[in-house]
Amino acid sequence: MTQVTMTVNGKSVSGDVEGRTLLSDFLRDGLRMTGTHVGCDTSQCGACVVHVNGEAVKSCTALALDLEGADVRTIEGMANADGSLGTIQQAFQDYHGLQCGFCTPGMVMSAAALLKDNPTPTEQEVREYLEGNICRCTGYHNIVKAIMAASGQDVAAVAAE
Amino acid sequence: MPKDHGIGASSKRREDVRFLTGQGRYTDDINLQGQAYVHFLRSDVAHGMLKSVDTSAAAAMPGVVRIFTGADFEGVGGVPCGWQVTDKHGEPMQEPAHPVLAQGKVRYVGDAIAAVVAETKEQARNAAEAIELDIEELPAVVDMKAAVQEGATKVHDDLTSNLCYDWGFVEENKPAVDAAFEAATHVTTLELVNNRLSPNPMEPRVAVGDYNPGTDDSTLYTTSQNPHVIRLLMGAFVLGIPEHKLRVVAPDVGGGFGSKIFHYVEEAFCTFAAKACRRPVKWTSSRSEAFVTDAHGRDHVTKIELALDADNNFTGIRTDTYANMGAYLSTFAPSVPTWLHGTLMAGNYKTPNIYVNVKAVFTNTVPVDAYRGAGRPEATFQLERVIDKAARELGVDPIELRRQNFITEFPYATPVAVEYDTGDYEGTMTKLLEMIDRDGFEARREESARNGKLRGLGVNCYIEACGIAPSALVGQLGARAGLYESATVRVNATGGLVVMTGSHSHGQGHETSFAQVVADMIGIPEDQVEIVHGDTANTPMGMGTYGSRSIAVGGSAMVRATEKIIAKAKKIAAHLMEAAEGDVELKDGAFSVAGTDKSVAWGDVTLAAYVPHNYPLEEIEPGLEETAFYDPNNFTYPAGAYACEVEVDPDTGKVDICSFAAADDFGNVINPMIVEGQVHGGLAQGIGQALLENVSYDENGQLLSASYMDYTMPRADDVPNFQVDHSSQTPCTHNPLGVKGCGEAGAIGSPPSVVNAVVDALQRAGHTNVTHIDMPLTPTRVWAAMQG
Repeated sequence: MTQVTMTVNGKSVSGDVEGRTLLSDFLRDGLRMTGTHVGCDTSQCGACVVHVNGEAVKSCTALALDLEGADVRTIEGMANADGSLGTIQQAFQDYHGLQCGFCTPGMVMSAAALLKDNPTPTEQEVREYLEGNICRCTGYHNIVKAIMAASGQDVAAVAAE
Repeated sequence: MPKDHGIGASSKRREDVRFLTGQGRYTDDINLQGQAYVHFLRSDVAHGMLKSVDTSAAAAMPGVVRIFTGADFEGVGGVPCGWQVTDKHGEPMQEPAHPVLAQGKVRYVGDAIAAVVAETKEQARNAAEAIELDIEELPAVVDMKAAVQEGATKVHDDLTSNLCYDWGFVEENKPAVDAAFEAATHVTTLELVNNRLSPNPMEPRVAVGDYNPGTDDSTLYTTSQNPHVIRLLMGAFVLGIPEHKLRVVAPDVGGGFGSKIFHYVEEAFCTFAAKACRRPVKWTSSRSEAFVTDAHGRDHVTKIELALDADNNFTGIRTDTYANMGAYLSTFAPSVPTWLHGTLMAGNYKTPNIYVNVKAVFTNTVPVDAYRGAGRPEATFQLERVIDKAARELGVDPIELRRQNFITEFPYATPVAVEYDTGDYEGTMTKLLEMIDRDGFEARREESARNGKLRGLGVNCYIEACGIAPSALVGQLGARAGLYESATVRVNATGGLVVMTGSHSHGQGHETSFAQVVADMIGIPEDQVEIVHGDTANTPMGMGTYGSRSIAVGGSAMVRATEKIIAKAKKIAAHLMEAAEGDVELKDGAFSVAGTDKSVAWGDVTLAAYVPHNYPLEEIEPGLEETAFYDPNNFTYPAGAYACEVEVDPDTGKVDICSFAAADDFGNVINPMIVEGQVHGGLAQGIGQALLENVSYDENGQLLSASYMDYTMPRADDVPNFQVDHSSQTPCTHNPLGVKGCGEAGAIGSPPSVVNAVVDALQRAGHTNVTHIDMPLTPTRVWAAMQG
């Protein structure tokens, strides 16, 4: 076991990990931050997406030990300072972009990364960007709508129900 | 003007806040003090004699608490089947034992052989790898038709064959049906496969067992759609724990789609092992494990025949289906190809003569059970495909052929034993045609052709039986359970209330929509109503959520309980206002006396109920809490019309969905936003079945599609924006809300329109020999069809 220290949602955290400990396991089991979900074992589903140094990363593909000193942001760190829902989170609620909620943390984190790089994506760009995030409940319709609404676009025109 | 609260309003979902902030509490988020971890050693062969399981080396590995094998479960019950089907000769189905851990034989890749309990997940996994197995491999039974041939290898040696049952429905009707075919002017025949699917809720299954030696109480936390059902099945049939010593909790559950209805061996194991090891025991499925242990869905091979008279009226339907059960009977497996399938073969049409034959077959594959729609998608697919084929053979418009044969008068008793209470199939079809601009199709087709693509339009109808189900009826049909639902409404002294429901929400948004109903009935804000579900310790015995039943059955129970609350509250209010009870009205959260200015607020009455200083104690008890159990007297029958337009790439066979429209009749709607979301999700699953998804076994019973690398889940760019409409509403006539249920419609109604559209595209392009392509319509299959 080796100690690793990183910043998670603005707080410095440390813990003992094995060489094989994944970031997703470190967050869930080590820090008991269970907002990040694990939905597969082949890095396909995207439920575990977090931001590492500002980039969207599937936390099941990152080794905790590699992230000494890294700045990690998870779904638990996405609300506004006053505790209210952030813009993307609020859009997901407003446009019913979630049902069971299991893929949602990864969806929100991916959406945030998309909008950082591409502030006003087209519908097709959103759909293509979400290639790495699987949702079984929503049929994606309202997720796409929520992300476009979060970017400030008029979604009535692009995604008539 | 859309409503902004109560029944009919698109209230935003209250549960979203915790899910969007990482504060959901799913089963894997539960960690108990001192818990150990389980890793199951599973069979990697489909069929074999289990000669020995040597755990001695593994037991000495670091961190191992205990290793269990089948021997530890001798004398312990097996996992039961909850539905007994009677075959066409009046004999009960063949029902094999299903041990918690394999005994003597392994019967599918994934069958649990041994379980290691260890201090950490990694130690459990490492030790499992050190268990030495001696398995004598046997020929695998994979193909259903081969499985029921004389002399076929048997999956279960103690059964007479691999045939679970041979079901005829309705057997007495068969001569009349055969006569209808003799007299037919035209008969259309279609052989097809309803492809095997893996439900794939995004949350893998988890079980955490806990045992308190001080009280002898067991608790199971599990990813279930119906915790009371699990408690009953596991307690009474497997482990022999009375219900009052067993608590089952299904907290936030990340999707189910049917796969989390069933009682699985891992649940029984963790409960058993927690007691045996005197510490909490946790198992978390990996996705790879989910593919080989979560019950699969569909997997029917069918021949359907449709008879028509000279005027193109449907005169007979005859079907012959092989339905895969897998290696063991999962909880409700026998009911899916029979009572959830045969009873829907009339569809939306007045066909007087129908006969359905189903042969259910054991194979060396994962057990197959209900998956979103469960039997009804299989019925809809074959019926709507054969109608399309008939229209083409007869040279008539497929929509007009449907319209001509629509059932138009209700109630309508079908020849397959159900009575549709209400519906308007012409109404949903008319709505659909408004949505899809059929007149503009030719121009769109020409535009596609200019881009080198083949465009096609597919349309179909569907009907389903939801609100499962009248207990007396399902009891006659073989269910070993009642299918009522329950609710307890507990009003607090200060006026807020808690509804404890036997329904379970795992994505459906009950915490919001159920609260809308109760708040509306009383006239108080929705945030004064809390919905509690998922814990046998604080909810009345209920049958859970599946079959689009929750609002129709669970919602009705809640309405009944709330009606009792209102009736009692009116008595109290009458006393407080010194008025006659019959004169008291409840409106907008206040009681008043008609024709007077007397009024008391809801909160005054609830406070009086718990502080009964001025209270008619000689007439009624203090307190304000009521329970209702609701048992419906019929199914509900949502129905609709769907349309799909596709473009096929003639060079590759790739199909793109250009548009998809769904016009549904769900009766009354509580929360339109949630209903539309349910339809969207169902459509994506149906499109997934039609184009992408397939559970594939090789001839040795090895699962070829055991990860998301190989099993093609629909992704965001595989599906279009959906046009959905539920403005055609014929309220259900027999439940108090007039609701029908909406959870499965999308998955039931969408596969045939996709396939109809692709066949249409190919036919229009001159591939007139292509009358059917089996799902999923992968580029390879579509391309091959075009070559042939």
